[in-house]
Amino acid sequence: MLLQQLADGIATGAIYSALALAIVLVFRASRTLNFAQGEFALLGAYVSWQLVVWGLPVWAALPVSMALLAVLSAASERALIRPLARRHQALPLIIVTLGLMIAINAVIGWAWTYQTKEVPALFGGGAVDLGGVAVSRQDIGIVLTVLVVAVVLGVLFEFTRWGLRMRAAVSAPESAELSGISTGRTMTMGWAIAGAVGALAGTLIAPELFLHPGMMAPVLIYAFAAATLGGLDSPVGALIGGLAVGVVENLAGSYLPHGSDFKQVVALVIIVVVLLVRPQGILGRREVVRV
Amino acid sequence: MSLLTAEIASAGYGRATVLHDVDLEVPAEGRLAVLGANGAGKTTVLRTLSGLTRVEGSIRLDGRELVGLSPYRIAAAGIAHVPQGRGTFGDLTVRENLLVGGATRPSRAARAEADRWMERFPRLGERAARPASGLSGGEQQLLAIARALMSAPRLLLLDEPSLGLAPKITAELFATLDVLCRETGTAMLLVEQNAQAALGIAEQAVVIESGQITLRGPAAELRDDDEVRRAYLGV
Ligand SMILES: Nc1ncnc2c1ncn2[C@@H]1O[C@H](COP(=O)(O)OP(=O)(O)OP(=O)(O)O)[C@@H](O)[C@H]1O
Ligand SMILES: [Mg+2]
Repeated sequence: MLLQQLADGIATGAIYSALALAIVLVFRASRTLNFAQGEFALLGAYVSWQLVVWGLPVWAALPVSMALLAVLSAASERALIRPLARRHQALPLIIVTLGLMIAINAVIGWAWTYQTKEVPALFGGGAVDLGGVAVSRQDIGIVLTVLVVAVVLGVLFEFTRWGLRMRAAVSAPESAELSGISTGRTMTMGWAIAGAVGALAGTLIAPELFLHPGMMAPVLIYAFAAATLGGLDSPVGALIGGLAVGVVENLAGSYLPHGSDFKQVVALVIIVVVLLVRPQGILGRREVVRV
Repeated sequence: MSLLTAEIASAGYGRATVLHDVDLEVPAEGRLAVLGANGAGKTTVLRTLSGLTRVEGSIRLDGRELVGLSPYRIAAAGIAHVPQGRGTFGDLTVRENLLVGGATRPSRAARAEADRWMERFPRLGERAARPASGLSGGEQQLLAIARALMSAPRLLLLDEPSLGLAPKITAELFATLDVLCRETGTAMLLVEQNAQAALGIAEQAVVIESGQITLRGPAAELRDDDEVRRAYLGV
Protein backbone atom coordinates (compact mmCIF):
# COMPACT_ATOMS: atom_id res chain seq x y z
CA MET A 1 0.00 0.00 0.00
CA LEU A 2 2.72 2.44 0.97
CA LEU A 3 4.85 1.39 -2.00
CA GLN A 4 1.86 1.84 -4.27
CA GLN A 5 1.37 5.36 -2.90
CA LEU A 6 5.03 6.14 -3.45
CA ALA A 7 4.93 4.92 -7.05
CA ASP A 8 1.81 6.97 -7.81
CA GLY A 9 3.40 9.97 -6.12
CA ILE A 10 6.54 9.71 -8.21
CA ALA A 11 4.51 9.59 -11.42
CA THR A 12 2.50 12.72 -10.69
CA GLY A 13 5.61 14.23 -9.16
CA ALA A 14 7.45 13.85 -12.47
CA ILE A 15 4.84 16.08 -14.11
CA TYR A 16 5.28 18.67 -11.36
CA SER A 17 9.02 18.39 -11.93
CA ALA A 18 8.66 19.14 -15.62
CA LEU A 19 6.40 22.16 -15.04
CA ALA A 20 8.60 23.36 -12.17
CA LEU A 21 11.58 23.09 -14.51
CA ALA A 22 9.80 25.35 -16.97
CA ILE A 23 9.07 27.84 -14.17
CA VAL A 24 12.72 27.78 -13.10
CA LEU A 25 13.99 28.31 -16.65
CA VAL A 26 11.83 31.40 -16.99
CA PHE A 27 12.80 32.65 -13.55
CA ARG A 28 16.48 32.31 -14.40
CA ALA A 29 15.98 34.15 -17.66
CA SER A 30 13.76 37.02 -16.54
CA ARG A 31 13.69 36.94 -12.72
CA THR A 32 9.94 36.62 -12.78
CA LEU A 33 7.35 33.95 -12.05
CA ASN A 34 5.40 32.96 -15.11
CA PHE A 35 1.84 32.35 -13.96
CA ALA A 36 0.93 31.54 -17.54
CA GLN A 37 3.23 28.49 -17.49
CA GLY A 38 0.34 26.16 -16.69
CA GLU A 39 -1.76 27.58 -19.53
CA PHE A 40 1.15 27.21 -21.96
CA ALA A 41 1.26 23.55 -20.92
CA LEU A 42 -2.52 23.32 -21.35
CA LEU A 43 -2.28 24.87 -24.79
CA GLY A 44 0.39 22.30 -25.60
CA ALA A 45 -1.98 19.52 -24.55
CA TYR A 46 -4.79 20.95 -26.71
CA VAL A 47 -2.48 21.28 -29.71
CA SER A 48 -1.44 17.65 -29.25
CA TRP A 49 -5.09 16.61 -28.96
CA GLN A 50 -6.01 18.57 -32.08
CA LEU A 51 -3.21 17.01 -34.08
CA VAL A 52 -4.31 13.55 -32.94
CA VAL A 53 -7.87 14.34 -34.05
CA TRP A 54 -6.46 15.37 -37.41
CA GLY A 55 -4.91 11.95 -37.71
CA LEU A 56 -1.38 12.27 -36.36
CA PRO A 57 -0.17 9.59 -33.96
CA VAL A 58 0.32 11.08 -30.50
CA TRP A 59 4.09 10.51 -30.48
CA ALA A 60 4.34 12.62 -33.63
CA ALA A 61 1.94 15.25 -32.33
CA LEU A 62 4.02 15.82 -29.20
CA PRO A 63 7.17 17.26 -30.84
CA VAL A 64 5.07 19.50 -33.08
CA SER A 65 3.21 20.80 -30.06
CA MET A 66 6.47 21.34 -28.17
CA ALA A 67 7.98 23.29 -31.06
CA LEU A 68 4.89 25.45 -31.45
CA LEU A 69 4.78 26.25 -27.74
CA ALA A 70 8.50 27.05 -27.75
CA VAL A 71 7.82 29.67 -30.40
CA LEU A 72 4.74 31.06 -28.62
CA SER A 73 6.56 31.26 -25.29
CA ALA A 74 9.57 32.99 -26.86
CA ALA A 75 7.28 35.39 -28.70
CA SER A 76 5.47 36.38 -25.51
CA GLU A 77 8.83 37.06 -23.85
CA ARG A 78 9.80 39.33 -26.71
CA ALA A 79 6.50 41.14 -26.99
CA LEU A 80 5.27 41.37 -23.39
CA ILE A 81 8.10 40.72 -20.95
CA ARG A 82 11.17 42.31 -22.54
CA PRO A 83 9.83 45.85 -22.86
CA LEU A 84 8.96 45.86 -19.15
CA ALA A 85 12.02 43.94 -17.94
CA ARG A 86 14.23 46.66 -19.36
CA ARG A 87 12.80 49.00 -16.75
CA HIS A 88 13.44 46.54 -13.92
CA GLN A 89 9.87 46.24 -12.72
CA ALA A 90 9.43 42.81 -11.19
CA LEU A 91 5.88 43.23 -9.96
CA PRO A 92 4.33 44.46 -13.21
CA LEU A 93 6.03 41.51 -14.92
CA ILE A 94 4.23 39.04 -12.68
CA ILE A 95 0.94 40.81 -13.29
CA VAL A 96 1.53 40.61 -17.04
CA THR A 97 2.02 36.85 -16.76
CA LEU A 98 -1.20 36.63 -14.74
CA GLY A 99 -2.99 38.50 -17.49
CA LEU A 100 -1.47 36.18 -20.05
CA MET A 101 -2.69 33.18 -18.04
CA ILE A 102 -6.27 34.45 -18.12
CA ALA A 103 -6.05 35.38 -21.79
CA ILE A 104 -4.69 32.02 -22.92
CA ASN A 105 -7.32 30.22 -20.88
CA ALA A 106 -10.08 32.28 -22.46
CA VAL A 107 -8.76 31.61 -25.95
CA ILE A 108 -8.59 27.88 -25.22
CA GLY A 109 -12.18 27.86 -23.95
CA TRP A 110 -13.28 29.76 -27.03
CA ALA A 111 -11.39 27.58 -29.49
CA TRP A 112 -12.04 24.14 -27.99
CA THR A 113 -15.09 24.69 -25.71
CA TYR A 114 -15.29 23.66 -22.07
CA GLN A 115 -16.15 20.02 -22.73
CA THR A 116 -13.57 17.50 -21.60
CA LYS A 117 -11.61 15.74 -24.30
CA GLU A 118 -9.73 12.49 -24.26
CA VAL A 119 -6.05 12.49 -25.14
CA PRO A 120 -4.62 9.06 -25.96
CA ALA A 121 -1.90 7.91 -23.58
CA LEU A 122 1.49 8.23 -25.17
CA PHE A 123 2.66 4.94 -23.75
CA GLY A 124 -0.49 2.89 -24.20
CA GLY A 125 -2.82 1.46 -21.59
CA GLY A 126 -2.33 -1.31 -19.10
CA ALA A 127 -0.13 -1.71 -16.09
CA VAL A 128 3.12 -3.42 -15.26
CA ASP A 129 3.77 -5.33 -12.05
CA LEU A 130 6.89 -4.00 -10.35
CA GLY A 131 7.53 -6.19 -7.31
CA GLY A 132 3.92 -6.23 -6.14
CA VAL A 133 3.21 -2.65 -7.15
CA ALA A 134 1.02 -2.09 -10.18
CA VAL A 135 2.27 0.84 -12.21
CA SER A 136 0.58 1.96 -15.40
CA ARG A 137 2.61 2.03 -18.57
CA GLN A 138 1.79 5.69 -18.95
CA ASP A 139 3.21 6.45 -15.49
CA ILE A 140 6.45 4.63 -16.24
CA GLY A 141 6.64 6.44 -19.56
CA ILE A 142 6.06 9.81 -17.88
CA VAL A 143 8.83 9.27 -15.35
CA LEU A 144 11.29 8.04 -17.97
CA THR A 145 10.46 10.85 -20.41
CA VAL A 146 10.90 13.55 -17.79
CA LEU A 147 14.13 11.89 -16.72
CA VAL A 148 15.45 11.85 -20.29
CA VAL A 149 14.49 15.49 -20.86
CA ALA A 150 16.18 16.46 -17.61
CA VAL A 151 19.38 14.63 -18.50
CA VAL A 152 19.46 16.07 -22.02
CA LEU A 153 18.97 19.61 -20.71
CA GLY A 154 21.52 19.00 -17.97
CA VAL A 155 24.12 17.88 -20.51
CA LEU A 156 23.34 20.84 -22.78
CA PHE A 157 23.68 23.34 -19.94
CA GLU A 158 26.75 21.83 -18.29
CA PHE A 159 28.84 20.56 -21.16
CA THR A 160 28.19 22.68 -24.23
CA ARG A 161 29.31 26.13 -25.23
CA TRP A 162 25.73 27.13 -25.72
CA GLY A 163 24.95 26.05 -22.15
CA LEU A 164 27.92 28.00 -20.81
CA ARG A 165 26.59 31.15 -22.47
CA MET A 166 23.16 30.54 -20.92
CA ARG A 167 24.68 30.04 -17.46
CA ALA A 168 26.98 33.05 -17.80
CA ALA A 169 24.03 35.25 -18.74
CA VAL A 170 22.21 34.12 -15.59
CA SER A 171 25.26 34.38 -13.32
CA ALA A 172 26.24 37.96 -14.21
CA PRO A 173 24.18 39.40 -17.07
CA GLU A 174 26.21 42.56 -17.54
CA SER A 175 29.55 40.73 -17.54
CA ALA A 176 28.13 38.27 -20.05
CA GLU A 177 27.01 41.09 -22.31
CA LEU A 178 30.47 42.69 -22.01
CA SER A 179 31.94 39.36 -23.08
CA GLY A 180 29.99 39.43 -26.32
CA ILE A 181 27.00 37.33 -25.25
CA SER A 182 23.57 38.62 -26.23
CA THR A 183 21.61 38.27 -23.01
CA GLY A 184 18.46 39.12 -24.93
CA ARG A 185 18.93 35.99 -26.99
CA THR A 186 19.67 33.77 -24.00
CA MET A 187 16.56 35.13 -22.29
CA THR A 188 14.35 34.29 -25.24
CA MET A 189 15.97 30.88 -25.44
CA GLY A 190 15.12 30.23 -21.77
CA TRP A 191 11.46 31.00 -22.47
CA ALA A 192 11.45 28.84 -25.59
CA ILE A 193 12.77 25.79 -23.75
CA ALA A 194 10.29 26.44 -20.93
CA GLY A 195 7.44 26.52 -23.46
CA ALA A 196 8.50 23.19 -24.97
CA VAL A 197 8.95 21.50 -21.59
CA GLY A 198 5.54 22.81 -20.52
CA ALA A 199 3.88 21.38 -23.64
CA LEU A 200 5.49 18.06 -22.84
CA ALA A 201 4.13 18.11 -19.29
CA GLY A 202 0.64 19.05 -20.48
CA THR A 203 0.50 16.35 -23.13
CA LEU A 204 1.79 13.70 -20.73
CA ILE A 205 -0.66 14.49 -17.93
CA ALA A 206 -3.73 15.07 -20.14
CA PRO A 207 -4.71 11.38 -20.46
CA GLU A 208 -4.83 11.04 -16.66
CA LEU A 209 -6.71 14.23 -15.80
CA PHE A 210 -8.91 14.52 -18.90
CA LEU A 211 -8.36 17.57 -21.01
CA HIS A 212 -10.45 20.62 -20.10
CA PRO A 213 -9.63 24.30 -19.65
CA GLY A 214 -9.29 24.01 -15.86
CA MET A 215 -6.92 21.07 -16.02
CA MET A 216 -3.61 22.78 -15.34
CA ALA A 217 -4.58 25.23 -12.59
CA PRO A 218 -4.06 22.78 -9.69
CA VAL A 219 -0.98 21.31 -11.38
CA LEU A 220 0.53 24.80 -11.59
CA ILE A 221 0.13 25.30 -7.84
CA TYR A 222 1.96 22.05 -7.16
CA ALA A 223 4.65 23.04 -9.65
CA PHE A 224 5.12 26.36 -7.84
CA ALA A 225 5.42 24.44 -4.58
CA ALA A 226 8.00 22.16 -6.24
CA ALA A 227 10.02 25.08 -7.63
CA THR A 228 9.92 26.87 -4.27
CA LEU A 229 11.01 23.73 -2.48
CA GLY A 230 13.86 23.00 -4.90
CA GLY A 231 15.01 26.59 -5.24
CA LEU A 232 13.61 28.97 -7.85
CA ASP A 233 16.86 29.23 -9.77
CA SER A 234 17.88 25.57 -9.62
CA PRO A 235 16.83 23.19 -12.43
CA VAL A 236 17.99 20.17 -10.42
CA GLY A 237 16.09 21.52 -7.44
CA ALA A 238 12.94 21.68 -9.58
CA LEU A 239 13.23 18.00 -10.42
CA ILE A 240 13.77 16.94 -6.83
CA GLY A 241 11.10 19.32 -5.60
CA GLY A 242 8.56 17.96 -8.08
CA LEU A 243 9.07 14.36 -7.02
CA ALA A 244 8.96 15.30 -3.34
CA VAL A 245 5.74 17.27 -3.75
CA GLY A 246 4.14 14.44 -5.74
CA VAL A 247 4.96 11.89 -3.08
CA VAL A 248 3.87 14.08 -0.15
CA GLU A 249 0.65 14.96 -1.92
CA ASN A 250 -0.19 11.30 -2.48
CA LEU A 251 0.69 10.22 1.03
CA ALA A 252 -1.28 13.09 2.56
CA GLY A 253 -4.23 12.22 0.35
CA SER A 254 -4.32 8.63 1.58
CA TYR A 255 -3.18 8.75 5.18
CA LEU A 256 -4.43 12.03 6.64
CA PRO A 257 -8.05 12.28 7.78
CA HIS A 258 -10.04 13.98 5.01
CA GLY A 259 -6.73 13.95 3.15
CA SER A 260 -8.21 13.61 -0.30
CA ASP A 261 -10.45 16.64 0.29
CA PHE A 262 -7.55 18.81 1.35
CA LYS A 263 -4.87 17.51 -1.01
CA GLN A 264 -4.56 20.95 -2.59
CA VAL A 265 -3.68 22.48 0.75
CA VAL A 266 -0.48 20.43 0.73
CA ALA A 267 0.98 22.76 -1.90
CA LEU A 268 0.20 25.83 0.17
CA VAL A 269 1.66 24.28 3.30
CA ILE A 270 4.87 23.35 1.47
CA ILE A 271 5.25 26.85 -0.01
CA VAL A 272 4.73 28.56 3.34
CA VAL A 273 6.99 26.20 5.29
CA VAL A 274 9.83 26.51 2.75
CA LEU A 275 9.59 30.29 2.68
CA LEU A 276 9.75 30.37 6.47
CA VAL A 277 12.45 27.78 7.06
CA ARG A 278 14.70 27.95 4.01
CA PRO A 279 13.55 30.70 1.66
CA GLN A 280 16.11 29.91 -1.05
CA GLY A 281 14.86 26.30 -1.26
CA ILE A 282 16.95 23.14 -1.17
CA LEU A 283 19.41 24.03 -3.93
CA GLY A 284 18.72 27.70 -4.65
CA ARG A 285 21.19 30.51 -4.24
CA ARG A 286 20.60 32.69 -1.23
CA GLU A 287 20.81 36.06 -3.01
CA VAL A 288 17.80 35.20 -5.15
CA VAL A 289 15.53 35.72 -2.21
CA ARG A 290 16.78 39.19 -1.43
CA VAL A 291 15.83 40.51 -4.86
CA MET B 1 44.48 57.41 -37.24
CA SER B 2 43.65 56.65 -33.63
CA LEU B 3 42.30 53.25 -32.65
CA LEU B 4 39.59 54.84 -30.51
CA THR B 5 38.12 58.27 -31.09
CA ALA B 6 35.38 59.25 -28.67
CA GLU B 7 33.51 62.53 -28.91
CA ILE B 8 30.94 62.25 -26.15
CA ALA B 9 28.72 65.34 -26.23
CA SER B 10 26.75 64.01 -23.28
CA ALA B 11 26.13 60.70 -21.57
CA GLY B 12 24.19 59.52 -18.55
CA TYR B 13 21.53 57.28 -17.08
CA GLY B 14 17.86 57.85 -17.74
CA ARG B 15 17.22 61.53 -17.30
CA ALA B 16 20.45 62.21 -15.39
CA THR B 17 23.31 63.45 -17.55
CA VAL B 18 26.72 62.65 -16.06
CA LEU B 19 29.28 63.44 -18.79
CA HIS B 20 29.61 66.66 -20.80
CA ASP B 21 31.92 67.10 -23.78
CA VAL B 22 34.32 64.29 -23.03
CA ASP B 23 36.73 63.76 -25.94
CA LEU B 24 39.19 60.88 -25.79
CA GLU B 25 41.67 59.32 -28.16
CA VAL B 26 43.63 56.12 -27.79
CA PRO B 27 46.20 55.28 -30.47
CA ALA B 28 46.76 51.68 -31.55
CA GLU B 29 48.68 49.94 -28.76
CA GLY B 30 48.51 53.21 -26.82
CA ARG B 31 47.65 53.71 -23.17
CA LEU B 32 45.40 56.33 -21.69
CA ALA B 33 44.72 56.83 -17.99
CA VAL B 34 41.55 58.51 -16.74
CA LEU B 35 41.98 59.95 -13.26
CA GLY B 36 39.35 61.45 -11.00
CA ALA B 37 37.82 61.47 -7.55
CA ASN B 38 34.86 59.42 -6.30
CA GLY B 39 31.81 60.11 -8.39
CA ALA B 40 33.68 62.17 -11.01
CA GLY B 41 32.27 60.05 -13.83
CA LYS B 42 35.16 57.67 -14.56
CA THR B 43 33.05 54.53 -14.61
CA THR B 44 30.47 56.32 -16.72
CA VAL B 45 33.14 57.00 -19.36
CA LEU B 46 33.91 53.30 -19.67
CA ARG B 47 30.25 52.27 -19.54
CA THR B 48 29.55 54.75 -22.31
CA LEU B 49 32.28 53.28 -24.49
CA SER B 50 30.75 49.83 -23.93
CA GLY B 51 27.25 50.92 -24.83
CA LEU B 52 25.79 50.75 -21.31
CA THR B 53 24.62 54.38 -21.03
CA ARG B 54 22.45 56.80 -22.91
CA VAL B 55 24.85 58.77 -25.10
CA GLU B 56 24.94 61.58 -27.63
CA GLY B 57 28.00 61.92 -29.79
CA SER B 58 30.28 59.65 -31.70
CA ILE B 59 32.52 56.77 -30.64
CA ARG B 60 34.61 55.15 -33.33
CA LEU B 61 36.85 52.10 -33.11
CA ASP B 62 39.08 51.87 -36.16
CA GLY B 63 36.70 54.23 -37.89
CA ARG B 64 33.63 52.09 -37.12
CA GLU B 65 30.82 53.92 -35.32
CA LEU B 66 29.85 52.21 -32.05
CA VAL B 67 27.11 54.53 -30.79
CA GLY B 68 23.80 52.69 -31.10
CA LEU B 69 25.29 49.20 -30.96
CA SER B 70 24.34 46.78 -28.17
CA PRO B 71 27.06 46.09 -25.59
CA TYR B 72 27.55 42.55 -26.87
CA ARG B 73 28.16 43.85 -30.38
CA ILE B 74 30.66 46.41 -29.12
CA ALA B 75 32.45 43.59 -27.28
CA ALA B 76 32.53 41.58 -30.49
CA ALA B 77 33.89 44.63 -32.32
CA GLY B 78 37.05 44.43 -30.21
CA ILE B 79 36.53 46.24 -26.91
CA ALA B 80 37.01 44.20 -23.74
CA HIS B 81 35.81 45.71 -20.48
CA VAL B 82 36.91 44.74 -16.97
CA PRO B 83 34.18 46.39 -14.92
CA GLN B 84 34.54 47.99 -11.52
CA GLY B 85 34.18 45.15 -9.00
CA ARG B 86 35.65 42.72 -11.57
CA GLY B 87 32.40 41.23 -12.86
CA THR B 88 33.40 37.69 -11.95
CA PHE B 89 30.96 34.89 -12.77
CA GLY B 90 31.09 33.67 -9.17
CA ASP B 91 29.22 30.39 -9.59
CA LEU B 92 31.10 29.39 -12.74
CA THR B 93 34.48 27.72 -12.45
CA VAL B 94 37.71 29.57 -13.14
CA ARG B 95 38.06 27.75 -16.44
CA GLU B 96 34.47 28.54 -17.42
CA ASN B 97 35.07 32.20 -16.61
CA LEU B 98 37.93 32.20 -19.10
CA LEU B 99 35.86 30.37 -21.72
CA VAL B 100 33.07 32.93 -21.40
CA GLY B 101 35.70 35.59 -22.12
CA GLY B 102 36.38 33.75 -25.36
CA ALA B 103 32.70 33.51 -26.28
CA THR B 104 33.20 35.47 -29.50
CA ARG B 105 35.97 33.17 -30.76
CA PRO B 106 35.84 29.68 -32.29
CA SER B 107 35.55 27.13 -29.50
CA ARG B 108 38.80 25.32 -30.21
CA ALA B 109 40.79 28.57 -30.15
CA ALA B 110 39.03 29.61 -26.94
CA ARG B 111 39.85 26.33 -25.21
CA ALA B 112 43.52 26.46 -26.22
CA GLU B 113 43.71 30.09 -25.11
CA ALA B 114 42.13 29.29 -21.72
CA ASP B 115 44.71 26.55 -21.17
CA ARG B 116 47.49 28.99 -22.01
CA TRP B 117 46.24 31.48 -19.42
CA MET B 118 46.03 28.80 -16.75
CA GLU B 119 49.58 27.67 -17.50
CA ARG B 120 50.78 31.23 -17.37
CA PHE B 121 49.07 31.94 -14.06
CA PRO B 122 49.35 28.72 -12.04
CA ARG B 123 47.24 30.25 -9.28
CA LEU B 124 44.35 30.20 -11.76
CA GLY B 125 45.31 26.82 -13.18
CA GLU B 126 45.30 25.16 -9.77
CA ARG B 127 41.74 26.34 -9.23
CA ALA B 128 40.53 25.63 -12.76
CA ALA B 129 37.59 23.49 -11.69
CA ARG B 130 36.59 25.51 -8.60
CA PRO B 131 33.96 28.24 -8.46
CA ALA B 132 35.60 31.59 -9.18
CA SER B 133 33.94 33.13 -6.12
CA GLY B 134 36.52 31.32 -4.00
CA LEU B 135 39.45 33.31 -5.42
CA SER B 136 41.11 36.13 -3.49
CA GLY B 137 40.63 39.73 -4.65
CA GLY B 138 43.95 39.83 -6.47
CA GLU B 139 43.30 36.49 -8.14
CA GLN B 140 39.85 37.61 -9.23
CA GLN B 141 41.32 40.74 -10.76
CA LEU B 142 43.87 38.65 -12.60
CA LEU B 143 41.09 36.35 -13.77
CA ALA B 144 39.04 39.33 -14.93
CA ILE B 145 41.96 40.63 -16.98
CA ALA B 146 42.71 37.22 -18.45
CA ARG B 147 39.00 36.81 -19.22
CA ALA B 148 38.97 40.14 -21.03
CA LEU B 149 42.10 39.28 -23.03
CA MET B 150 40.55 35.91 -24.01
CA SER B 151 38.63 37.75 -26.71
CA ALA B 152 41.88 39.08 -28.25
CA PRO B 153 40.55 42.64 -28.07
CA ARG B 154 41.95 45.71 -29.78
CA LEU B 155 41.25 47.83 -26.72
CA LEU B 156 41.12 46.85 -23.05
CA LEU B 157 39.02 48.97 -20.68
CA LEU B 158 39.95 48.65 -17.01
CA ASP B 159 37.86 50.15 -14.23
CA GLU B 160 39.90 50.66 -11.05
CA PRO B 161 41.76 47.34 -11.09
CA SER B 162 43.60 48.38 -7.90
CA LEU B 163 40.38 48.71 -5.92
CA GLY B 164 40.53 46.70 -2.69
CA LEU B 165 44.01 45.32 -3.33
CA ALA B 166 47.03 45.68 -1.05
CA PRO B 167 49.78 47.99 -2.45
CA LYS B 168 52.12 45.09 -3.11
CA ILE B 169 49.45 43.16 -5.03
CA THR B 170 48.58 46.29 -6.99
CA ALA B 171 52.21 46.76 -8.02
CA GLU B 172 52.42 43.14 -9.17
CA LEU B 173 49.16 43.43 -11.04
CA PHE B 174 50.23 46.55 -12.91
CA ALA B 175 53.55 44.98 -13.83
CA THR B 176 51.68 41.97 -15.24
CA LEU B 177 49.25 44.23 -17.06
CA ASP B 178 52.13 46.15 -18.61
CA VAL B 179 53.75 42.96 -19.94
CA LEU B 180 50.49 41.45 -21.18
CA CYS B 181 49.40 44.49 -23.16
CA ARG B 182 52.86 44.90 -24.66
CA GLU B 183 52.99 41.24 -25.71
CA THR B 184 49.56 41.19 -27.26
CA GLY B 185 49.67 44.70 -28.70
CA THR B 186 46.46 45.58 -26.89
CA ALA B 187 45.66 49.25 -26.32
CA MET B 188 44.57 50.19 -22.82
CA LEU B 189 42.16 52.70 -21.31
CA LEU B 190 42.68 52.65 -17.59
CA VAL B 191 40.44 54.30 -15.00
CA GLU B 192 42.04 54.77 -11.61
CA GLN B 193 41.95 56.63 -8.34
CA ASN B 194 45.42 55.29 -7.66
CA ALA B 195 47.13 57.94 -9.81
CA GLN B 196 50.61 56.78 -8.85
CA ALA B 197 50.08 53.33 -10.32
CA ALA B 198 48.11 54.56 -13.32
CA LEU B 199 50.57 57.27 -14.38
CA GLY B 200 53.38 54.76 -14.07
CA ILE B 201 51.91 52.57 -16.78
CA ALA B 202 50.08 55.06 -19.03
CA GLU B 203 51.42 57.23 -21.84
CA GLN B 204 48.69 59.85 -21.87
CA ALA B 205 46.32 60.86 -19.12
CA VAL B 206 43.20 62.95 -18.54
CA VAL B 207 41.72 64.22 -15.31
CA ILE B 208 37.96 64.25 -15.02
CA GLU B 209 35.91 66.30 -12.54
CA SER B 210 32.13 66.41 -12.35
CA GLY B 211 31.84 64.72 -15.70
CA GLN B 212 34.19 67.03 -17.57
CA ILE B 213 37.81 66.80 -18.57
CA THR B 214 39.79 69.45 -16.70
CA LEU B 215 43.32 68.47 -17.58
CA ARG B 216 45.05 66.38 -20.21
CA GLY B 217 48.58 65.62 -21.30
CA PRO B 218 51.39 63.08 -21.34
CA ALA B 219 51.41 60.95 -18.18
CA ALA B 220 54.92 62.06 -17.27
CA GLU B 221 53.86 65.73 -17.33
CA LEU B 222 50.78 65.10 -15.19
CA ARG B 223 52.94 63.36 -12.66
CA ASP B 224 54.81 66.65 -12.19
CA ASP B 225 51.72 68.83 -12.29
CA ASP B 226 51.16 70.58 -8.96
CA GLU B 227 47.37 70.23 -9.09
CA VAL B 228 47.54 66.52 -9.80
CA ARG B 229 50.20 66.00 -7.16
CA ARG B 230 48.08 67.67 -4.53
CA ALA B 231 44.76 66.15 -5.49
CA TYR B 232 45.64 62.62 -6.57
CA LEU B 233 49.15 61.76 -5.48
CA GLY B 234 48.84 62.93 -1.90
CA VAL B 235 52.06 64.94 -1.94
N1 LIG C 1 23.12 53.83 -12.69
C1 LIG C 1 23.15 55.16 -12.39
N2 LIG C 1 22.03 55.91 -12.44
C2 LIG C 1 22.06 57.22 -12.15
N3 LIG C 1 23.17 57.89 -11.81
C3 LIG C 1 24.32 57.21 -11.75
C4 LIG C 1 24.37 55.81 -12.03
N4 LIG C 1 25.65 55.39 -11.88
C5 LIG C 1 26.36 56.50 -11.52
N5 LIG C 1 25.56 57.58 -11.45
C6 LIG C 1 26.00 58.93 -11.10
O1 LIG C 1 26.96 59.36 -12.04
C7 LIG C 1 27.99 60.07 -11.41
C8 LIG C 1 29.33 59.48 -11.79
O2 LIG C 1 29.40 58.15 -11.35
P1 LIG C 1 30.58 57.18 -11.76
O3 LIG C 1 30.24 55.85 -11.23
O4 LIG C 1 30.85 57.30 -13.21
O5 LIG C 1 31.79 57.80 -10.94
P2 LIG C 1 33.24 57.23 -10.71
O6 LIG C 1 34.16 58.32 -11.06
O7 LIG C 1 33.41 55.94 -11.38
O8 LIG C 1 33.26 57.04 -9.14
P3 LIG C 1 33.99 55.91 -8.25
O9 LIG C 1 35.40 56.34 -8.12
O10 LIG C 1 33.27 55.98 -6.95
O11 LIG C 1 33.83 54.60 -8.93
C9 LIG C 1 27.73 60.02 -9.92
O12 LIG C 1 27.20 61.25 -9.52
C10 LIG C 1 26.71 58.93 -9.76
O13 LIG C 1 25.80 59.26 -8.73
MG1 LIG D 1 33.78 54.06 -10.77
